[in-house]
Amino acid sequence: MLYCKTYLRLSRSVLMGLAIIMTAGLSVAIFPSITEAQMIEKIFVTHTGGIVKTTGEVIDPLYVESTMEFDPMEYLRDFDYGTVSTLPDGTVLREFVIVAEDDKVMEVAPGVFYNVWTFNGSVPGPTIRATEGDLVRINFINNGSKVHTMHFHGIHPAEMDGVFEPVGPGGGKFTYEFVAGPVGVHPYHCHVMPLEEHIVHGLYGVYIVDPKEGRAPADEMVMVLNGLDTDFDTENNFYAANTIPFYYQHHPIQINTNELIRIYVVNMVEFDPINNFHLHGNLYHYYPTGTYTVPSTYTDMITLSQTERGIMEFEYKYPGKYMFHAHKVEFSEKGWAGIFLVTDDSEQISEGS
Amino acid sequence: MELGSRSSKSRMIVSGVVPFAFLVILVAYIFGPGSELLDLGVPLPEISMETIDFVDSEIVVTVRNTGPIPVEIAMADVNDRIQPAAVEPDRFLDRYETRTVRIPFEWNEAEPYTVGLTTHDGTRFEKEVEAAARAPEPGPELLGFFTIIGTYVGVIPVMIGLLWLPFIKKISKTKYHFFLALTAGLLLFLGIDSVEEALAVSEENLAGSFNGSLLIATVIVLSFLGLYYSGEKLVQTAKSSKLSKPLAVALMIAIGIGLHNFGEGLAIGAAVGLGSIAFSTFLIVGFAIHNTTEGIAIAAPMSREKTMLGKLAALGMIAGAPAIFGSWVGGFAFSPLSSVIFLSIGTGAIFQVIVTILRWIRVEGDRNLSSASVASGFAIGMLIMYLTSILV
Repeated sequence: MLYCKTYLRLSRSVLMGLAIIMTAGLSVAIFPSITEAQMIEKIFVTHTGGIVKTTGEVIDPLYVESTMEFDPMEYLRDFDYGTVSTLPDGTVLREFVIVAEDDKVMEVAPGVFYNVWTFNGSVPGPTIRATEGDLVRINFINNGSKVHTMHFHGIHPAEMDGVFEPVGPGGGKFTYEFVAGPVGVHPYHCHVMPLEEHIVHGLYGVYIVDPKEGRAPADEMVMVLNGLDTDFDTENNFYAANTIPFYYQHHPIQINTNELIRIYVVNMVEFDPINNFHLHGNLYHYYPTGTYTVPSTYTDMITLSQTERGIMEFEYKYPGKYMFHAHKVEFSEKGWAGIFLVTDDSEQISEGS
Repeated sequence: MELGSRSSKSRMIVSGVVPFAFLVILVAYIFGPGSELLDLGVPLPEISMETIDFVDSEIVVTVRNTGPIPVEIAMADVNDRIQPAAVEPDRFLDRYETRTVRIPFEWNEAEPYTVGLTTHDGTRFEKEVEAAARAPEPGPELLGFFTIIGTYVGVIPVMIGLLWLPFIKKISKTKYHFFLALTAGLLLFLGIDSVEEALAVSEENLAGSFNGSLLIATVIVLSFLGLYYSGEKLVQTAKSSKLSKPLAVALMIAIGIGLHNFGEGLAIGAAVGLGSIAFSTFLIVGFAIHNTTEGIAIAAPMSREKTMLGKLAALGMIAGAPAIFGSWVGGFAFSPLSSVIFLSIGTGAIFQVIVTILRWIRVEGDRNLSSASVASGFAIGMLIMYLTSILV
C-alpha cells in the first residue's frame, strides 16, 4: 500500500515535468487566430457549374470585377487619329503627344497590384492610326524615372527608329517623324535595355496604317495579346487580350449578326515563344501583318510569335454567345479568354429601311 | 546594521534594473526616432501552405502568413490554372495568422497537383502534392482505425519486446551489459532518426521564419533537460523509498520511448492523412518490428528485479500507448509546427534515456563503459535498427 502511494507520487512529479514540456510545446504550436468571422453565407458558382457556399470571401478573377482606371471595352474600339493638319504640299500631318511614365500601380486583377509602365497612362498605349503616305509626328515626352524610347515597326529613317536615341527620364523629349507605311497593323514599343523588362511592364501599343483607298466598312477593334509577370520570375502570371485577365469574359463584346468584324490583333506576350487565337462557331479570313489585301488563310486558329500580328475578318450568322481564346489552355485559363455576344441585327435593319 | 543591509539590497536592485532600463531605451530608440536606421531593404510578403486536403470536389488549403508584413490572398490556382476560391473567414492575414482557402476542384485520385496562391503584390506561392487522396474524415470510424493501428505499432510490439525479460534474466552479467548497451544503441539510432524526421518536416512544410533547425535544437535540449531533471528526482526519491532504482530507470526509459512513439504515431497518422497508403503499410510494419526492440530497452534494466507483471504491463503501456494518441493527432490535426515540436520532444527524451542507460551500465558494470560486451552491444543495436529501418 505504502509502496503504491510512493509510486503514484513519484510518477506524478514526473508527469508534471512532462506536462510542463508538453504545454510549452503546444502553446507554441497552436497560435490562436480568432478573428471576427463574417457569418453571412455567400454562394458562388465554380467554372464547371458547381455551387459552393462559404462564410468567407470569394476570390475569382473570372467573375469578380476589379476597380480599374483602364477600361478594356473603351480601348477596344478607340483609335487615335492625332491632330490633323495639311502641309503646303497637300500631305496630311498627324501629330500625337505620347507621355511615358513608369511609377503607376494598377489593380490588374481583383486584389492584385502591379507596377505598370505606360504610354499615355495605359497598357497598351493609345492605338495610333494613320493613312498610308501621311506624315506622322510623335512628340514624345519621357516623364518616367528611367530612359525610354518609342520604336515603331514599319518603314522609317534610321534616326527615327527609337533605338540609338535614348530619351532621358524626368521630362526628356524627342520628336519621331516618318511617313506612314507600309499598310497594315504594327506594334510600337520602348526599345531600351533590358528590353524584356520595358515591354513586360507595358510600354507598347498598336500602330495602324490604313490603305489610301480604305477598307470595307466594319465593326473594328484592336486586341493586344499580352501577359503580366507580376512576380518577376520570367513566367507570366496572367494572360489577356488587352491587359485585364478575363475582362471580355465578364464583359462580353457585343456585335451584330451579318456585320463585318475586323480585329487588329498584335501579340506582345513575352517569355512564352508563341500565342494563338481561336474563334468559336466561326472562321475568319486572316491577313498577316495586314500588308496584303488577299487573306492568307481562312481558319479559326492562328499562331503568333513575338510581335507577330495581323488582321482578322469575319461575320457571325447566328446570334448567341461565342468564346474566343488562346487554344494554349494555360493562357486561356490564366486570363486570355473572352466572349462575343452576337445579337440579331434584323431590328436595326428594319429601323434603317 | 539593518539600515546598511537594506541600502545594499536596494543598491543591488538598482544595479539589476539599470542595465535593463538601458536595454528598454535601446529597443525603444530603434522603434521610435531611430527607425530610419532600419529603413533599408524591402519587406516581402511570404505565405506558407501548411496543409492541403482533398475532400469532396474541393481542395482545402491551410495557409499561414510567415512573412514580415500583413498579406492579402488575391487568387488561387491549381496546376497553374486560375480557379475561383473562397477564403475563410477573410483574405487578410496578419503575421502568423492562418486562413482556410477552399478551391472547388474535381480532382482525380493519385494524380499530382500543384496548388498556387497569389498575394496582393502578384507574388505566386506554390506547393506540390505528389498524389491526391481523399482526406480522412474525422469520425468514430477513423478514430477506431487509428486506435487499432496505434496499438499494432506501439503497444503490442513493446509488449512482445518485454517477453524477452525472462531470457535476459537468465543470462550472465556480461551478456546483460551487452543487452543494456544494445538498448542504448537502438535508442541512439532512434534519436538520430527523429532528428532527421523533424528536420525533414521542417524543411518541407515549415516556413523559414520559424527557424526550423534551431527550433528543433532548442526543443530537444529543453525536453532533455526537463526529463533529466525529473528523472534524477525520480531516482533520488527511489533511494529513500521502496521504488527500486531499476524500476525508476525503466520508468524513465518507458516515458522517453513513449514520447518518441508519440512522434511515430504522428508520422503514421500524417501519412494516412496525406493519402500515401502503401507508404503507411510499410511504415506500420516497419515501426512494429522496430518497436519490439523498445520492449527490450525497458526490460533490460528490470531484469535484475523480481518480475511484477502488472508493473511491466504498465511500463509497456506508458511506452506504447502514445503511438495511439500520436496517430490521432497526426491524422486529424496535422500541423507541421506541432509535428516538429513533438518529434523534437521525443528526441530529447530518447537522448535522456541513453544517458540514463549508460550511467546504469557504469554503475552496474564496475564503472566500465569500454568492455567488449558494451561496445559490441552498442554497435549491434545501431545495426539492428538500421536494418529494420530499411523496412520503413
